[in-house]
Amino acid sequence: MQLEQQLRNTLDKKDILLMTHIVLGYPSFEVNREVIRQMVENGVDCIEMQIPFSEPMADGPVILKANQDSLAAGTMVEDCFRFGAEMVETHAIPFLFMTYYNIIFKYGEEAFFERAAQCGIKGFIVPDLPPEMGAAFLELADRYELAPILIFAPTSTDDRMKQLAEYGRGFIYCVARRGVTGKKSEFDHDFDDYLGRCRAATELPLAVGFGIQSKEDIEALKGKADMAVIGSRTIRLVEAEGAQAVGAFIAGLR
Amino acid sequence: MDTNGFFGNWGGAYIPEVLHQTFQELKEEYAKCRKDPAFWQEYLDLMSTYSCRPTPLSFAENLSRHFGGADIYIKREDLNHTGAHKANNVMGQGLLVKRMGKKRVIAETGAGQHGMATATMAAKFGLDCTIYMGEEDVLRQRPNVFWMEKMGATVVPVKDGSRTLKDAINEAFRDWVTNVDDTHYVFGTACGPAPFPEMVTWFQSIIGIEAAEQIMKYHGRMPAKVYACVGGGSNAMGVFKRFLDEDGVELVGVEAGGHGADSGAHAIRLSSPDATPGVAQGYKTMFLQDDDGQMKHTHSVAAGLDYVGVSPILSDLWEQKKVRFESATDDEVMAALDLTMKLEGIIPALESSHAFAGAFREAGTLNKSDAIIINQSGRGDKDIFTIAHAFEDPSWKKFIIDRGREYSSN
Repeated sequence: MQLEQQLRNTLDKKDILLMTHIVLGYPSFEVNREVIRQMVENGVDCIEMQIPFSEPMADGPVILKANQDSLAAGTMVEDCFRFGAEMVETHAIPFLFMTYYNIIFKYGEEAFFERAAQCGIKGFIVPDLPPEMGAAFLELADRYELAPILIFAPTSTDDRMKQLAEYGRGFIYCVARRGVTGKKSEFDHDFDDYLGRCRAATELPLAVGFGIQSKEDIEALKGKADMAVIGSRTIRLVEAEGAQAVGAFIAGLR
Repeated sequence: MDTNGFFGNWGGAYIPEVLHQTFQELKEEYAKCRKDPAFWQEYLDLMSTYSCRPTPLSFAENLSRHFGGADIYIKREDLNHTGAHKANNVMGQGLLVKRMGKKRVIAETGAGQHGMATATMAAKFGLDCTIYMGEEDVLRQRPNVFWMEKMGATVVPVKDGSRTLKDAINEAFRDWVTNVDDTHYVFGTACGPAPFPEMVTWFQSIIGIEAAEQIMKYHGRMPAKVYACVGGGSNAMGVFKRFLDEDGVELVGVEAGGHGADSGAHAIRLSSPDATPGVAQGYKTMFLQDDDGQMKHTHSVAAGLDYVGVSPILSDLWEQKKVRFESATDDEVMAALDLTMKLEGIIPALESSHAFAGAFREAGTLNKSDAIIINQSGRGDKDIFTIAHAFEDPSWKKFIIDRGREYSSN
């Protein structure tokens, strides 16, 4: 089943979906495994697994450090594929890869798609690949039926959003604010206007990420967005309290 | 350049969506400036009054005699304000920032020259200024940090990754995506997402335009070869551009050989097989990276050349064989610097000394009737801490130790 349909089926049962983010190999694949288990058991609907890159330009300090530590511990792209396949095998929810374009480019775009499809991955989030740079990527995404997740930002004009939406599949990732990952966002009137513009530009489900940290943040998104993305928050939680703290945190979000 | 910012197979603009709109505005403003002769005239006026343009082309009589081949000419970007070619690009972008009405500039810096130039421009134009500099470079280039802060800039040491130029670039991008509305990122070299490679080259092309006129005046015809060091590639593109279509002028880029091409500790992207095509920091070029696409650590005695990527325009010229690339090791560079100081009384920056080392290898094999140009991208005297350290100068060491004692006893 393709990503969008899978998410819509879940949306019939829930008023908002939850997507979480992990950095593969940080602090270890063993901890990743446990964190994902707790996330899925406590109602996470989709997980983006970040393949670490040495130059994570769009990430803030928490995820940046996680990328560096994972690489320092020896994480290879092949380890990420193997782990991804294992997660798909183990859990029923959709899994995505998030990474920077060089990881895909260096692997060979077609080879990367083929391998990801074999692993049962449902889509990709690549923050440094705008559609005008990704003709081959988007063509392969169609061919392999893997969803290229495109990104809206508050700085995107209405025309730009419409243009992006044409290429997007699965859902649209709406970045809540300017800046990098891991800082608090204000969900104020301007934000509502922005989400209204996002909604008007596409029929695809809308996910909102960057700075979502609490039950209140998620409450505020109900009725306006289809999926809330929790990123740096759980990485910090695992750092401070260990993998076993994740389940209760996720359960407390809805 | 095609509309997507590619030069042959290289370049592009691999940017996060949040920057899309600001790049559209930048591209439009840049296109307007390119078409407006008044803009270039304003730029020339500024550079001839606030800086020392045109910079001289000096005949290096003693070096020429020493090698016994071609006449050696040195293009003196060291005499540009702030002591390096970097000011050409920065003042140009400063004029652009004024037109765009932005109030704040940020920049990355390796050796500190680009940071210095940006802090200078910000002071002159009344802009807020933040400079990102790898922690390792902050230690290597302390005097530049001192001056940047004195001119009112905030210098942020970057502690991530290899703590050098590439990490400073990543951090500057993080600032930009956060403060995109009022901030312009003054990219320091002919790299990064389009339109930066082309725009930086445009501002730097003033070097070659002057040099061509000067060599015609002194030598009566075009030079046989033009040498430039290549880090990101802005001084090289600046001096090369004017000569690209001149028949019989060979352009030679000299990369940082560090401890040697086989050592793994170098920054040779185009003249060794170590680099492969990749996409990072917003553009596609030849990068020093591993099989997974992770960037490698680089090394050079010259902080300004210590970089994993290279201008996409140079990758294109390399592929088309329009520029020949060589490298010079740290040791060769120190020897070339030493000889230039002793014979000419000129102190090139460690970066520029790579171009000298490359030229010195070949000057003696050329005809006496030929001329060559070495682009001296910057001056070395302000890098006294780095150069004295590299020479392991005993009397300098003693001075520092004594001064340290004096400060710690206060």
